[in-house]
Amino acid sequence: MQFGVFSVSDVTTDPTTGRTPTEAERIKAMVAIALKAEEVGLDVFATGEHHNPPFVASSPTTMLGYVAARTKDLILSTSTTLITTNDPVKIAEDFAMLQHLADGRVDLMMGRGNTGPVYPWFGQDIRQGIPLALENYNLLHRLWREDVVDWEGKFRTPLQGFTSTPRPLDGVPPFVWHGSIRSPEIAEQAAYYGDGFFHNNIFWPATHTKKLISLYRRRFEHYGHGTADQAIVGLGGQVFMRRNSQDAVREFRPYFDNAPVYGGGPSLEEFTSQTPLTVGSPQEVIDRTLTFREMFGDYQRQLFLMDHAGLPLKTVLEQLDILGEEVVPVLRREFAARRPAHVPDAPTHASLLAARREADTTTEVVR
Amino acid sequence: MTTRSIVTVTAGLSTPSSTRLLADRLTAATGEALSERGVRAQTTTVELREVAHDVVNAMTTRVPTGQLREVLDRVNDADGVIAVTPVFNASYSGLFKSFFDVVEPEALDGMPVLVGATGGSPRHSLVLEHALRPMFVHTRSVVAPTGVYAASEDWGSGEGGGRELTERIRRAAHQLAGLAVDRAPVGRDGFEDPVSFDDLMSGLGR
Repeated sequence: MQFGVFSVSDVTTDPTTGRTPTEAERIKAMVAIALKAEEVGLDVFATGEHHNPPFVASSPTTMLGYVAARTKDLILSTSTTLITTNDPVKIAEDFAMLQHLADGRVDLMMGRGNTGPVYPWFGQDIRQGIPLALENYNLLHRLWREDVVDWEGKFRTPLQGFTSTPRPLDGVPPFVWHGSIRSPEIAEQAAYYGDGFFHNNIFWPATHTKKLISLYRRRFEHYGHGTADQAIVGLGGQVFMRRNSQDAVREFRPYFDNAPVYGGGPSLEEFTSQTPLTVGSPQEVIDRTLTFREMFGDYQRQLFLMDHAGLPLKTVLEQLDILGEEVVPVLRREFAARRPAHVPDAPTHASLLAARREADTTTEVVR
Repeated sequence: MTTRSIVTVTAGLSTPSSTRLLADRLTAATGEALSERGVRAQTTTVELREVAHDVVNAMTTRVPTGQLREVLDRVNDADGVIAVTPVFNASYSGLFKSFFDVVEPEALDGMPVLVGATGGSPRHSLVLEHALRPMFVHTRSVVAPTGVYAASEDWGSGEGGGRELTERIRRAAHQLAGLAVDRAPVGRDGFEDPVSFDDLMSGLGR
């Protein structure tokens, strides 16, 4: 099972000090968080993609390329890559390039984006969100698998005799997750391709998340990629920890109460009781995270949102220390002990390459 | 004996409120109209005041706190909805609108709805036609032709000697009962019965 962190890259004033980091500070802080993730033994760092203030992450592969150069084992991913408003040809090129530079330590998560004006800024129409996600991804999927592509569709200028370069590393396209919080169409899409499905579980009551994940698992089996419990599921989560629960609650409350996404809404207590947000001791985080498995089945990737709402870098790095030292080792052990042997890990470049070589060998034997 | 579930949503703020009074009379009349058709009514009344904070929480974070999830589930599962609001600033109350803003969009699709409103004077009775009915048309609900507006004076003699309100309630309740009994089966559940990938891709480049 993979554990990691994902960032939305918000530049938010620290409500306890009134200080707002500069964009430069925030960008460097994200890099420091990624490096820390590797240092404390996490598997994945994922960055969001946004095209409006107060977010800084408009250029994910630039950031991930830099992180790639400074890490050895960390998988670099996105949360999410906008499949609706980006040109799928450019996604194919950018991420294949990143894959080469990072020696294959790359996967990505497709998302539609929920900021209305981004669509017209990039010449698209939000009402076409689902068709854009479907058509663009279908083209991206082909560009990584066919050396020469002839293509014509509804949204993008046609391609004749087009080769996306560089070709994927070792001929193995990056693994793709599809992120959605409410759209059955996206669960269906992920299932059709046998790709991963990620639910950012942060705001949503478990019953809702479960409906979508069950649909994805059922359809994954329908399309012949394996049994439903072998489908590749990722979940979001959000935690704040201190040795004593009371300290965690006291320290996190001003950030919760003033966060752009929660402020003026429910109390911290209401929110923690009805969503996966856990504010408490490392043991409470372990217990809560294990309930996700009971709710959604064995899953392959758990990402935590740690750096948001104006939390200072120093605090975030302390959180990563606790996560890496006290929480994730226990979770690895407990999840592994509960997981049946036939449930696979999330695909990596190495596992996809091995599967491909095995398939090639089998083909040769048959010949 | 078949059963139809009727959920009454009332947005009155005072206790007791005339909005609740109208809501109760509409609920009771609908129950009677259903039983005249040989159908048992299962009625639930939701006082929006009791979930007002949760409605705001759901608007700000999408998380239905407190009892709101259960209330939304009841609306989802209803065969008919009676929606009654006081008139504030010449329209439905903000709480009434906010509640229906957090109901899942698909929940009211095809739902029989009886609209009701209360006000201090009869001058705002058209609120049913210029505010409530268009909102439920937007949600693709089936709104009963008769809406019921009750001004303060209707609780006494009223223009038609007070009997007019009772008659409107009876007529509206019968219309809702008829719609609830004949309610067409709900459309496809996108989670249980998804549109297949091939259908999703129809008309798109592959």
